[in-house]
Amino acid sequence: MDYKMFLIKYAEIGTKGKNRYVFEEAMCKRMRARLKPHGSFEVTRAYGRIYVEAFSEYDMDDVLEALGTIFGIVGICPVKVVEKLEFDEIARALVEYVDNEYPNKNFSFKMNCRRNNKAFLKGSMEMNADLGAVLLDAFPELSVDVHKPDIFVNVEIRDVVYIYSKIIPGPGGLPVGTNGKGMVLLSGGIDSPVAAYMIAKRGVELEAIYFNAPPYTSERAKQKVIDLAKLVARYSGPIKLNIVNFTDVQLAIYDNCPHDELTIIMKRVFYRMAQELALKDECQCIITGESIGQVSSQTTQSLMVIDLAADKLPVMRPCIGLDKQEIIDISQKIGTFETSILPYEDCCTTFVAKHPVTRPKLEAILESEAKLEGKLEELYASAMDNIEVVYCR
Amino acid sequence: MEAYFDNAATTAVFPEVRELMMKLMGEDYGNPSSLHGKGVQAEKYIKEATAIISAQLKCKERELVFTSGGTESNNLAIIGAALAHRRQGKHIISTTIEHASVLATLEFLKKEGFEITLIDVDSDGILKLDELKAALREDTILVSTMYVNNEIGSIQPIQEISRIIKAHNPECLYHVDAVQAFGKLTFSPKKLGVDLMSISGHKIHGPKGSGALYVREKVLLRPIIYGGGQQNNMRSGTENVPGIAGMGLAAKLIYTGIDEKMEYVKSLRDALVGKLTGIEGVYSNTKEAPHIASISFTGVRSEVMLHALEDKGIYVSAGSACSSNKPHVSSVLKSIGLEADRLESTLRFSFCETNTMEEVDYAVEVINELLPMLRRYVRH
Repeated sequence: MDYKMFLIKYAEIGTKGKNRYVFEEAMCKRMRARLKPHGSFEVTRAYGRIYVEAFSEYDMDDVLEALGTIFGIVGICPVKVVEKLEFDEIARALVEYVDNEYPNKNFSFKMNCRRNNKAFLKGSMEMNADLGAVLLDAFPELSVDVHKPDIFVNVEIRDVVYIYSKIIPGPGGLPVGTNGKGMVLLSGGIDSPVAAYMIAKRGVELEAIYFNAPPYTSERAKQKVIDLAKLVARYSGPIKLNIVNFTDVQLAIYDNCPHDELTIIMKRVFYRMAQELALKDECQCIITGESIGQVSSQTTQSLMVIDLAADKLPVMRPCIGLDKQEIIDISQKIGTFETSILPYEDCCTTFVAKHPVTRPKLEAILESEAKLEGKLEELYASAMDNIEVVYCR
Repeated sequence: MEAYFDNAATTAVFPEVRELMMKLMGEDYGNPSSLHGKGVQAEKYIKEATAIISAQLKCKERELVFTSGGTESNNLAIIGAALAHRRQGKHIISTTIEHASVLATLEFLKKEGFEITLIDVDSDGILKLDELKAALREDTILVSTMYVNNEIGSIQPIQEISRIIKAHNPECLYHVDAVQAFGKLTFSPKKLGVDLMSISGHKIHGPKGSGALYVREKVLLRPIIYGGGQQNNMRSGTENVPGIAGMGLAAKLIYTGIDEKMEYVKSLRDALVGKLTGIEGVYSNTKEAPHIASISFTGVRSEVMLHALEDKGIYVSAGSACSSNKPHVSSVLKSIGLEADRLESTLRFSFCETNTMEEVDYAVEVINELLPMLRRYVRH
């Protein structure tokens, strides 16, 4: 069945007081951008609601998928529109709607009419009773339950009449761009795209950084990260991906520092580089996919030592308390899992010590880092000067 | 400088072949099954390709079935033979060093109730003939071996294998995967005593998606693709005319002066192997085939070396290209008894007649530069 209109439900935005229109407009903007390839649509705000109206043929699955990627939306209701404000017309359309939407009629319902247009002479209560009777006549298997119905059938009488009952869940959250910007460390694994998604969901725009280590990592590993950034960008909007050639820095660490501390020291450099870039591009935070205890560099001691490398920005770790399976569940839901598990090595797995430290001491790490003095600065600067930027959308 | 040493993975299409195919896609695009002139014209191109390849293999024209490539040819040969002869028995013999398109097909048949025996190879990569003799049974209906191994270039004694099989049971079929041999060696399946033989187009400067299966006259096969009954019902589907014609022309071109070409290719390979094995910790696992060199650079993981070479415009293979999207240790290298340090560090260089000695020298120079650097960093 074709719907000319969708009613968009959103929750948290409603509580944002005077800024409400900013949030709503941000969401409308994203909706227009995401719907554009699928047909001619108009997104409007009216009566404190957001409507999507279709002015061309469209594929329902495409539209639901596009709207399903927009943070802020909690529900999408396909709406049947009746142009004529006549009871018989409304009744006929309602019967047709219920017949099409619910092949199995063994359910209870409650009519939920709202008459905003006083030019229509029947009141809401009367409409509820009359339309309920029409449905029961048409489909005797139906039953009415005004306390706990299986389905609410909504009929809104405005300039035209809207009929809807199904709510397709949206992703929730806040519209992207209403909460600043963050720099996410993308590795190509399962966790970091999930972390990016979770922070973007709270309205934060994303920028990303990836540490490439050719020839120890391959072109395919890099392409994988670009692909992941594109998958996340469906939700977050365009992501500027910064690709840092990390090989020389990594080799310098390898040459000068104890091998069981490699990962810790490397990650501290990641953080420093990410922070520098984040400050330059006006991000307010760094985002990582770390989760306590998942690997040796994610013990609380390791996290503490690594965290101290970012001294000017907070590090957001939305996966911190999640189990691996919980992270995998999200990655499957948002569609990044299949790409994340492609077996290309990234620079975190290339030079892992057999027995890395799990309880690093800050003093010891600082001591090891001191050995890099005079050897790292130039390589660090050169890596930062030669960043390859890929815009992922 | 660019040096493409991955010709066993695939080759550049000959300019003449490209031109012919363009014509067949843009002008003479008829369906060979059509009754009108355009159909007749298309059919002619197929006949021409058939004539070239059958002349080369010294077989009859009707003994060739065109397919989508080596993988399909191997599938058709093995599944087709197994299904047609399952009443005579359900036992099939092959080797541990076959291409995935043979091993995976056998795995499928195993699940369908066939019994599979895989024969081991010796340190030269040659099938152990006494093991084959011992494995042959009353109910063995098919033996499948490759001709030239794609990773190390060992050449199986096809004629001898055939004699062993036929002495045991003349009815038992012998299939040979000759994908890496076609366009390098000169042979005839009939003279070798082979019943089924797979060849491919894109390894000989022809297009991808082209291949053929030789099916000896009177050998019964069950088709694996059904439809309009093209190619005597053996392989339904509108013939890939540009692909077939392209493969035919490529075969003609590659076999013109083949002896000199392979001598030249071998000289390039020998030069590379000679120069590289002079370096400490570099070993050759190279066997007879003229176009394949297998070299271990101990202390450097093959993938790292591959990417480092790629960065310098040198293209090689780690393991065989078809299976390198899953990190694994080559079963061929394992079968010939390589130790772990060589297993993980082996690259394949494969040549064609357009490679040059300058490219070889360049590769040697680059490797000499890279090795000390790469050897400093070992994964623990």
